[in-house]
Amino acid sequence: MAAKTLTIDGRQVSAEEGATILQAAEEAGAKIPTLCHLDGIYDVGACRLCLVEVAGVPKLLPACTTKVAEGMDVRTDSERIRSYRRINFELLLAERNHICAVCVANGHCELQTLAYSLGVDHVRYDYRFPRWEVDTTHSLFGMDHNRCVLCSRCVRVCWHIEGAGTKNVAGRGAQSRIITDLNMPWKHADSCTSCGKCVQACPTGALFHKGSTVGEMERDRSKLEFIVTAREKGQWIAPD
Amino acid sequence: MTHRILIDPVTRIEGHAKISILLDEAGNVWDAEFHVVEFRGFEKFCEGRPMSEMPGITPRICGICPVSHLLASAKAGDAILAVAIPPAADKLRRMMNLAQIVQSHALSFFYLSAPDFLLGWDTPPADRNVFGIVRSHPDLARAGIRLRQFGQEVIEILGGRKIHPAWAVPGGVRSALSEEGRDRIRSGLPEAFRTSRIALDLFKKTLETHHQETEIFGNFPSLFMALVADDGTWEHHGGNLRFVDSSGSIIADRIEPHRYQEFIGESVQNNSYLKSPYYLPIGLPGGMYRVGPLARLNVCEHMGVPQAEAELRAFKKLGRGAVTSSFLYHYARLIEILAGLEYIERGLDDPDLLSDDLRADAGINSLRGVGASEAPRGTLFHDYTVNRDGILQKVNLIIATGQNNLAMNRTVAQIARFYVRGKEIPEPMLNRIEHGIRCYDPCLSCSTHAIGKMPLHVQLIAADGTVINEVTRG
Repeated sequence: MAAKTLTIDGRQVSAEEGATILQAAEEAGAKIPTLCHLDGIYDVGACRLCLVEVAGVPKLLPACTTKVAEGMDVRTDSERIRSYRRINFELLLAERNHICAVCVANGHCELQTLAYSLGVDHVRYDYRFPRWEVDTTHSLFGMDHNRCVLCSRCVRVCWHIEGAGTKNVAGRGAQSRIITDLNMPWKHADSCTSCGKCVQACPTGALFHKGSTVGEMERDRSKLEFIVTAREKGQWIAPD
Repeated sequence: MTHRILIDPVTRIEGHAKISILLDEAGNVWDAEFHVVEFRGFEKFCEGRPMSEMPGITPRICGICPVSHLLASAKAGDAILAVAIPPAADKLRRMMNLAQIVQSHALSFFYLSAPDFLLGWDTPPADRNVFGIVRSHPDLARAGIRLRQFGQEVIEILGGRKIHPAWAVPGGVRSALSEEGRDRIRSGLPEAFRTSRIALDLFKKTLETHHQETEIFGNFPSLFMALVADDGTWEHHGGNLRFVDSSGSIIADRIEPHRYQEFIGESVQNNSYLKSPYYLPIGLPGGMYRVGPLARLNVCEHMGVPQAEAELRAFKKLGRGAVTSSFLYHYARLIEILAGLEYIERGLDDPDLLSDDLRADAGINSLRGVGASEAPRGTLFHDYTVNRDGILQKVNLIIATGQNNLAMNRTVAQIARFYVRGKEIPEPMLNRIEHGIRCYDPCLSCSTHAIGKMPLHVQLIAADGTVINEVTRG
């Protein structure tokens, strides 16, 4: 595959054709914040936190879904980028009910960690305080739409790693939500294999082990990484 | 004509409240009412949440007694899972509750109440606070602060943090005591015992010069309710409910806490968010009962630990049957600190505390669960109704301070009748009324789920309803 040469934050780097700016930046050591991205599954550009500037393009582009091109000049950090990332992040918080203090994922939450790193100490938008239900019908797992950021990681691992296709995104705009099978209670979703990959993939407390209490939802993402890289690495038994 | 005096600031009560003093035609006090004017709504917004989250959510009601809510909530969860929790979990929860009683009582005595009787009722409000004690009795102030710190540290050693530990869960607790933690607790005990003794001696001396306060700060017959062991030993986390009357006779006993609704009715005042629970079989007004340290000592027959037992004997001599003066809540609180320390000391050597068998696991086996525990301020009930998936359908919280509401009203009226002469309200009188409330160590933010600080607002209302005088602080 042909290599492409581009500039990231003033440094010349080369990347394989078809690679994303995010991949190229990672190799070049530039840190771009991500939320909906999960190593091993394809990207959808849902969260808009990895926005970068590309010279000659007036709008900001998501690094996770923009492919590298020859001669591209990328900036991963600027006042404008930080401002837009923060706006997007605050909108995520304002849209649902994120109450860290009593959340099962408190202390182990990617959304929370990102808030700290992006310097989000307050939200400038009115909270919408929507009324969302909690689905605890499944015998092992729970789904709390209040804490969902619609990153769709759960949907992607369900379809493309497990191959079950239980999870989907339904609705439009602010009414978008994750559903199981044909929008039925989780326990009635016959396609679900109860594998728990969605729970491992969730960046927030939206998907959790049933019975979890505050801060108990620690995830082990190495399990996902093992599954995704098993073929590539030829390692078929999970490392300890 | 309304005359408004602003006194600013006041901080020694938690929550937001006002007091109305009602005058008759002749200008004498005929009644007084304590109004709590804010509302928090935990019972409502917890509906729809998974039951397992409640021990994380309900402690947020309060920063002073979060442990009480944590434990009552976890117990209600145990009842919904319908499990017997591992013995180690029960012992650990008890230890945390004892630490909570020690730290909360130390706060009430040293920070909130002692400034009144140590510095004097008539001391200017700017000095009549814990900082005034720091200036006039520095060693005592330091000891009191350190005693509270000891209780808080036991909570932290067990639950990982001093305030809002997410530690007790439906079915048990999340972590055991470490050997290092056990040793730290042990090393703090001698100083805590010493301070507890100093405070007891101090209060006994105070009583010698405070006959008037003992007589008029809430001294009236009422019922008393608390959890107690079936053999009559003082309880704080287990046991069953017992009611005694002011002669000390048991009028109802061995009531399992989940049956509380058969014995406790709730009346609603149209001028307060605080409901007024009463003993249902008698009704109002005779069914007024008190909870908290005074009630626990009136209800129990013995303390179960030697030093506190000796103190209980002396305490019980202050009443004919039950001890009926609310001013003696302070005394009861100090005896309970001593008992708490003795029980902590006794429990420390139990190898169960280091066990890793801490959490029973089960699904939703009962659609309703009631958890009761003795909070520092009195018996606390958490009553949850869930659906088959463990989602809360109904939440009822019966808070200690609420149960003292009728008695607090009565106390305020009694003090006002004694001190209010005409329409002027001098500041020391306001402080005495305030202290009547302070005897109960009320936690208004708990009891109404109110938000914010608590300015005190006293109104004098004439027989025709006009407000003659008004004092607001805060």
